[in-house]
Amino acid sequence: METNNNVVLHVADVNKSFGGLKALTDVDLSVREGTVHAIIGPNGAGKSTLLNVCIGRIPPDTGHVIFDGTTLDEITPHEINQLGVSRVFQTPEIFADLSLLENVMIPAFARRDGAFKFNPIRALAAEAEIREQAESHLEDVGLYAKRHTEAASLSRGDKRRLEMAMSLIQSPRLLLLDEPTAGMARHDTNTTIELLKTLKDRGMTKVIIEHDMHVVFSLADRISVLAQGRIIAEGTPDEVRNSPKVKEAYLGESQE
Amino acid sequence: MFGNMTGKDWLLFIGFTIVVLTAPIWLTPLGAAYPALMQKFCIFAIFAIGFNILFGLTGYLSFGHAAFLGVGSYAGVWMFKLFSMNVVISTVFALICSGLFALVIGYISLRRSGIYFSILTLAFAQMMYNVAYSVLTPITNGETGLQLSLSDPRHLDRALGVSESIGLPRTSFFGIDISGGGMPGFYFCAVLLIICFFLSIRIFRSPFGMMLRAIKSNQMRMKYTGFNPKPYLLAAFVISGLYAGLAGALMVATDPLAGAERMQWTASGEVVLMTILGGVGTLVGPVIGATLIKYFENIFSAFNENALNVTFSFLPADIRELIVELASLFVGEGWFLTLGLVFMIVVIFLPGGIMEGVGRIKALFSRKKTQDDAAQGSVVAAE
Repeated sequence: METNNNVVLHVADVNKSFGGLKALTDVDLSVREGTVHAIIGPNGAGKSTLLNVCIGRIPPDTGHVIFDGTTLDEITPHEINQLGVSRVFQTPEIFADLSLLENVMIPAFARRDGAFKFNPIRALAAEAEIREQAESHLEDVGLYAKRHTEAASLSRGDKRRLEMAMSLIQSPRLLLLDEPTAGMARHDTNTTIELLKTLKDRGMTKVIIEHDMHVVFSLADRISVLAQGRIIAEGTPDEVRNSPKVKEAYLGESQE
Repeated sequence: MFGNMTGKDWLLFIGFTIVVLTAPIWLTPLGAAYPALMQKFCIFAIFAIGFNILFGLTGYLSFGHAAFLGVGSYAGVWMFKLFSMNVVISTVFALICSGLFALVIGYISLRRSGIYFSILTLAFAQMMYNVAYSVLTPITNGETGLQLSLSDPRHLDRALGVSESIGLPRTSFFGIDISGGGMPGFYFCAVLLIICFFLSIRIFRSPFGMMLRAIKSNQMRMKYTGFNPKPYLLAAFVISGLYAGLAGALMVATDPLAGAERMQWTASGEVVLMTILGGVGTLVGPVIGATLIKYFENIFSAFNENALNVTFSFLPADIRELIVELASLFVGEGWFLTLGLVFMIVVIFLPGGIMEGVGRIKALFSRKKTQDDAAQGSVVAAE
């Protein structure tokens, strides 16, 4: 494992089928600490399945996902999160009945108090530190003014930004982003890219699935190309851009 | 522990305390100011507040909470029989027993969610109800119900030389007679209700309470946020089981007789109705729901055909007969028909219960007020 000392996430020979459909075939992927690793590929290539395997939502048929020495496919979703792996979903997963502030405070509690804490008599209002932290993270994504509104009332783009704040407040070691800018207007996309870039400076490792090539090429350090459940190419953005295999499988298709 | 409650919550708590303690005064014109009924209000309010901590915050609908009420009652009576007529001992033991039962039943039932959870709790409660009638007769005294008898050992009372009264002993709180339809019994229940209400406010306003609401909102998200929802749910289940156990203990503290029928599914269903009628997930809603149901049950089930005839005596005989015939469907034994109709109307038109109705009226007034303010403002601006 000497060669892997800098690898924080290792997807080792993962296979996954749904019924007769082979979603992932011998996927092997190494994500190095502090990098932004993009996974691209045409629709149905298995990108979301790969992320779901990483966070324990779908168990792999064979192979393992190893995060910093821990095999993720053997532990529960909340244990994975407690290790420092956080995820932003493709369709925003938020607490729709709660206020924005509460939405962001909850993950902050998870980070501070662990998977369970019994404190029924303690006043929420006394948690000034957590609240301030949540407020500043809402400010980062531009939602501070709406902090007391119910999350259900947000637009889709705002829900994504809220979810981003929910992940970022945990300062995860590994952040998995599933199309973070899907459904966002151009302007919002650019703000999101800026936000993600500042995170790069903090040394957070990110795995990002994205359709938008503009986003991918402005953020990623490394790109893996997934097509029909297999990784067909991997390298720096320039290498991937110039790979004929990739052009055929993905870029060609998107130019239709 | 007492700090950090917002002014609004304190206002609510103080208002609640005043309303409860002055109940004998303001219930007089309503004809409900006798202690036995007011005790019932308090006991069922405690039951509903506790039920609401589980159902209102987590959304898990238990259909077997009456089981814990029954456990609390049996445990309480056994303490009276074995040790002492002091209600503190019986209440503490009732809490321990109902808590243990809630822990076991909750642990198993919470392996499932939604309708399966409800069915599991219902199955447990019905099982306990049937077992209480059959196999466990030595403990529960079967159909007769568990009651005091002169030959009970009451070891502690005997050892302490508590004076023996003639006839069956009466429950007491350090010498104050609680049993029967006396005012001390009401105040004992009322003080516990106020404490329970205070704890419920604290739970609602705590990080723990927020986590429960988050589980209701999106349990999957909770898991991927790093929380383990199971212990949160189990804790909520046990807390609400304790509230039910306390209600059961108070039932026998004021009337030392425990029967299995209070564990039946209708009793579990009743607390669901109370909570929904008042307003699920609100602080005062369950209290209002419990009080209203018990109040109208008292009125409606007391009516019979004779009483109806007297009420409508001013009408001509033919019309009177028709009306009495119709009305008698809804009173006495038919009270549940009335309750069912009212429940349907509330659920259809006010899904948030009575508290939603109150909220709507409030909103109506505040809108009017802001409109007035705006109108005034524009007048000022025009000048």
